[in-house]
Amino acid sequence: MVSDMRTQLARTATDLLEHDPNVAVVLAEISVDRFERAIAIAPDRVINVGIMEQTLVGVAAGFAMEGFHTIAHTMAPFLVERPFEQVKLDFGYQGLAGTLASVGAPYDYGTEGGTHHSPGDVGVVLTVPGTDVLVPGCAAELDRLLREAYADDRLTYLRASVAQNDVAFEVARGRLEVVRRGTRATVVVVGPLLSRTLTASEGLDVSVLYTPSVAPFDSSGLAAVAGPDPLVISVEPFYEGTLLPSLADALRHVPSRFATVGVPRRFITTYGTVEEHDRELGMDVAGIRRRLVAALEPG
Amino acid sequence: MDTVTDRIAHVRELLALATGDEKHEESSTSTLDVTWVLYDEVLRVDPANPMWEERDRFILSKGHGPAAYYSILAAQGFFPESWLPGFLTWGNALGSHPDRLQVPGVEASTGSLGHGLPMAVGVALALRAKGQTERRAVVLCGDAELNEGTNWEAILLAPHLKLSNLTLLVIDNHSSSIPMGPWEPRLGSFGWDVVVVDGHDQDQLYDALSSRSHERPNAVIADIPEGEW
Repeated sequence: MVSDMRTQLARTATDLLEHDPNVAVVLAEISVDRFERAIAIAPDRVINVGIMEQTLVGVAAGFAMEGFHTIAHTMAPFLVERPFEQVKLDFGYQGLAGTLASVGAPYDYGTEGGTHHSPGDVGVVLTVPGTDVLVPGCAAELDRLLREAYADDRLTYLRASVAQNDVAFEVARGRLEVVRRGTRATVVVVGPLLSRTLTASEGLDVSVLYTPSVAPFDSSGLAAVAGPDPLVISVEPFYEGTLLPSLADALRHVPSRFATVGVPRRFITTYGTVEEHDRELGMDVAGIRRRLVAALEPG
Repeated sequence: MDTVTDRIAHVRELLALATGDEKHEESSTSTLDVTWVLYDEVLRVDPANPMWEERDRFILSKGHGPAAYYSILAAQGFFPESWLPGFLTWGNALGSHPDRLQVPGVEASTGSLGHGLPMAVGVALALRAKGQTERRAVVLCGDAELNEGTNWEAILLAPHLKLSNLTLLVIDNHSSSIPMGPWEPRLGSFGWDVVVVDGHDQDQLYDALSSRSHERPNAVIADIPEGEW
């Protein structure tokens, strides 16, 4: 296993490609160096289309129409926002399977500015009915989830990021992990924010649940832990509140309160490292703790 | 019915069965001859087995005006002719844009312009990856549809990938507000093998569609004079 998700993505995809002639990879210049071995193994099934992202998705759909499980890969804003209609129609409406694997969200390319940020990617993809959305917390989880997406042959958005957790779980699509038990609130953490949320919530009497699976979401798992009169706080590595419809649906039978900790819904106009953006946007340990404490305050 | 003339006359009768405000009469009529020639004489398909692995693939990219397409699929036996009077009506499969999940023989669900050609590039690549070098992907676009930038991405890409198993068939009924020709120098400069024929001359259409370059992607421009369908 490698240490970063992006390299793991290429390695796992290459392994799938090597063992199954019905796997294809379509790239748009990004990460081509990481796919050199894949290109050598199967040049007819690893296609770099150049800088044309609508065609990236369209070509991937064309492969899927012929029975291939296609992994289409580029940076998040150029994979699901720019070619959104290709995702929606070429894959979604046509009922085709494949994996759309991104890097860079929400603001990994911190020095590049707002054109390269994509905190809205998950929200956008969730509007395509029937699409799985998986946000792994580390390279090992990405490996596991990509293999599951391939095996199940569903339309999947798989989001790789620079940020990672310190520990890996044996994650599965549609499953929450109970990491910590408490009584005042249930904190649902998505993907690579778990480690910092565990640190941020030390000394707070809260349950902490973890999942990389935004869709499908483990509704019954949340309902079982949250109890009869819950306060649920999401910690999400995308626009705050993106997870809220899933939380509300899971707890629709009980009176519930919700709070969200995520990327604020405004354009990011600063330049700097991921860590600097985390601090500015309240997504570092101190920011998450401040927001959790605020959510726990009465009234 | 034995002769080609009789059979296409029958398709025209079938076309009359499909009615409705969204029939796109001009669009349907202008694609009638070329689609007929494709299905009757050029494409390798099996109406009894629409997903036959050894078939040629046809994508009606522009999606508009599918009544002619549906009529020809029905005449070829992909689905019963009795479906045609249900065109555009509730509970029937034949909508104003074709749906691959509902209509036997339809390869792609289209209607939003500019999607078919990039998908056809993917299909052509997949056929090559599967070793089906004799099978081809044919995609029909309208001249105005080629305003869409996605097409020009694919037009740039296909020659680079040497997709000689891909044919772009353009119905040029001069519906584009921006004139798209001259076709030979424009597409030729991207590396396509280009031929322009009379869009209602079935012999010319057959010759153009049944032969192809084995080095470059192929473009057949079916010209429909301005003001005609």
